[in-house]
Amino acid sequence: MNIPENLLYTKEHEWARLEGSQATVGITDYAQSSLGDITFIELPKAGDEMEQSKALATVESVKAASDVYAPLSGNIVKVNEDLEASPELINQSPYENGWFAVIEIANEKEKEGLMSASDYKAYVETLSK
Amino acid sequence: MKLIYEKSIKGRRGFRLPKALASKKCDLPKKYQRVKDPDLPEVSELDCVRHFTNLSRMNFSVDSNFYPLGSCTMKYNPKFTEKALKLEGFLELHPLLPQLLGGGMLAQGSLEVIYETERLLCEITGMDAFTMQPLAGAHGELTGAMLIAAYHKHKGSRRKYVIVPDSSHGTNPASAAIAGYEVIVVRSDKDGCMDIGAFKEKLNEDVAAVMLTCPNTLGIFNPRIKEIADLAHKAGALMYYDGANLNAMMGKCRPGDLGFDVVHLNLHKTFGTPHGGGGPGAGPVGVNDRLVQFLPISKVSKRDDGTLYLDYNNPKSIGYIAPFYGNFAVILKAYAYMLLLGKEGLTEVSEYAVLNANYCMKLLKDHYELSYDRTCMHECVFSASRQADKGVHAIDIAKYLIDKGFHPPTIYFPLIVKEAMMIEPTETESKETIDEFIAAMIEIAKLTESDPQVIKDAPQKAPVKRLDETKAARDLNLRFKGSP
Repeated sequence: MNIPENLLYTKEHEWARLEGSQATVGITDYAQSSLGDITFIELPKAGDEMEQSKALATVESVKAASDVYAPLSGNIVKVNEDLEASPELINQSPYENGWFAVIEIANEKEKEGLMSASDYKAYVETLSK
Repeated sequence: MKLIYEKSIKGRRGFRLPKALASKKCDLPKKYQRVKDPDLPEVSELDCVRHFTNLSRMNFSVDSNFYPLGSCTMKYNPKFTEKALKLEGFLELHPLLPQLLGGGMLAQGSLEVIYETERLLCEITGMDAFTMQPLAGAHGELTGAMLIAAYHKHKGSRRKYVIVPDSSHGTNPASAAIAGYEVIVVRSDKDGCMDIGAFKEKLNEDVAAVMLTCPNTLGIFNPRIKEIADLAHKAGALMYYDGANLNAMMGKCRPGDLGFDVVHLNLHKTFGTPHGGGGPGAGPVGVNDRLVQFLPISKVSKRDDGTLYLDYNNPKSIGYIAPFYGNFAVILKAYAYMLLLGKEGLTEVSEYAVLNANYCMKLLKDHYELSYDRTCMHECVFSASRQADKGVHAIDIAKYLIDKGFHPPTIYFPLIVKEAMMIEPTETESKETIDEFIAAMIEIAKLTESDPQVIKDAPQKAPVKRLDETKAARDLNLRFKGSP
């Protein structure tokens, strides 16, 4: 299971990469492998206001449809439009080409509620037991 | 297999109109007449019969094989109900008749079927009234959510949330959302029931309703259901009962007595009418007296002289939700089913459904991971996690079962169980059939150890082999020729 060191994670299996006042977000390798082949994604629009832990996107795979939650609150700066035509990017490259959106962080404090890579790794291990 | 259009030979006919009729002048005004002949396949009667017979043989149905598709209650559909449907008085009746002046008196039999079915469902569920109109389970859910919205609106309250457990059917949050509610999901506890602590945290004065399936989608009856209902009512919320799993508890307990205010039933599941590609559904919605005034129109009512009529006089009604009176044929078959089985028979249905599921659970639990190891109701949920460690997933097991002549169980649902396999044998299967299925499941568990590739290569005997489901979903193309 690929869990990059430099990202922050949620219990719902989203990741956030912090760059200055912005965060790029997506779903983890664990999430994409649990979902199976993703066939459709519904993304927010640039300018939409997101609230932490509220639905940011919907992904559909051959197994299920699931909400993806915003790891942090803030306005959407841009979304990964490539995903609409090529949702398989999420399966192939969950941390790079499969990113979902960039959020302008509204509340720096919320970062404290997110997990480090090592905490997330330990959390995922409890799930597979 | 070729399409029937590909079998078409110019000039070939299965039927020719009598000469006198064929040459008859058309009375329709010119502008309504076809200029060009319709593009129909030209085949003989035998070509046509063979084509559709062969197509039907590629289909999988409960009439041919065991169909333990969890949560779908694919019980056998007794053929005598088809006979009831074919009675001339029902078959030839025009649906507009009871809406015409005096026409209702010519449709008393059909109105009585609707009226009496409603009464029986009230008795079975403990509700005060039903609308028979919703055309399927999800349509029933939406109708129920609209009734809940009407109830709160009438009280002047603007509640905006609906609570569902994380084991719920996907249609529950979807129906609530379509009715304009925001959905709050509550996790399950270690026993597989809605976590009561988490529920209390989420419950507040803005919650319009709590939607529960009972027994739930893990096949577990929540022993604290009454406590949940009391908490919800205290907070001013209504209790919604998803009737998908009613087959587990008929004659044993009634949703109305458990504290539910709105219920939808799936006549096509519990009351044995064809579904799942074999026929349309019906999702009647029952309510207690607090919500009767909001039920859709029309409703079959009784006059003082005992005759029946369509009642449109319901000013607080949520209005029309379906044309005419719902799927009348399904209602009629369900009525015939209930009359034949009677009170004792329906109780036995549930007893055998529960017994059969527990039998499956007991005999398979040494071979598959049982996420929630406790007495189940009408279905049991296993996880293929042990097999997945060896590279054999629930989807592979499902495909191999097809080769063994069984419909796969529901897989990857409920979502809270990894590699879920949800088995609902129903009451109509014999011990011998269930034993054969169990033997096939045990064979798979053993093959996982010795020859997993065989499972991954299945099915070999089906009309189509392993399909590329991802490509089918990503590049959907339903056209016969060419691309869109």
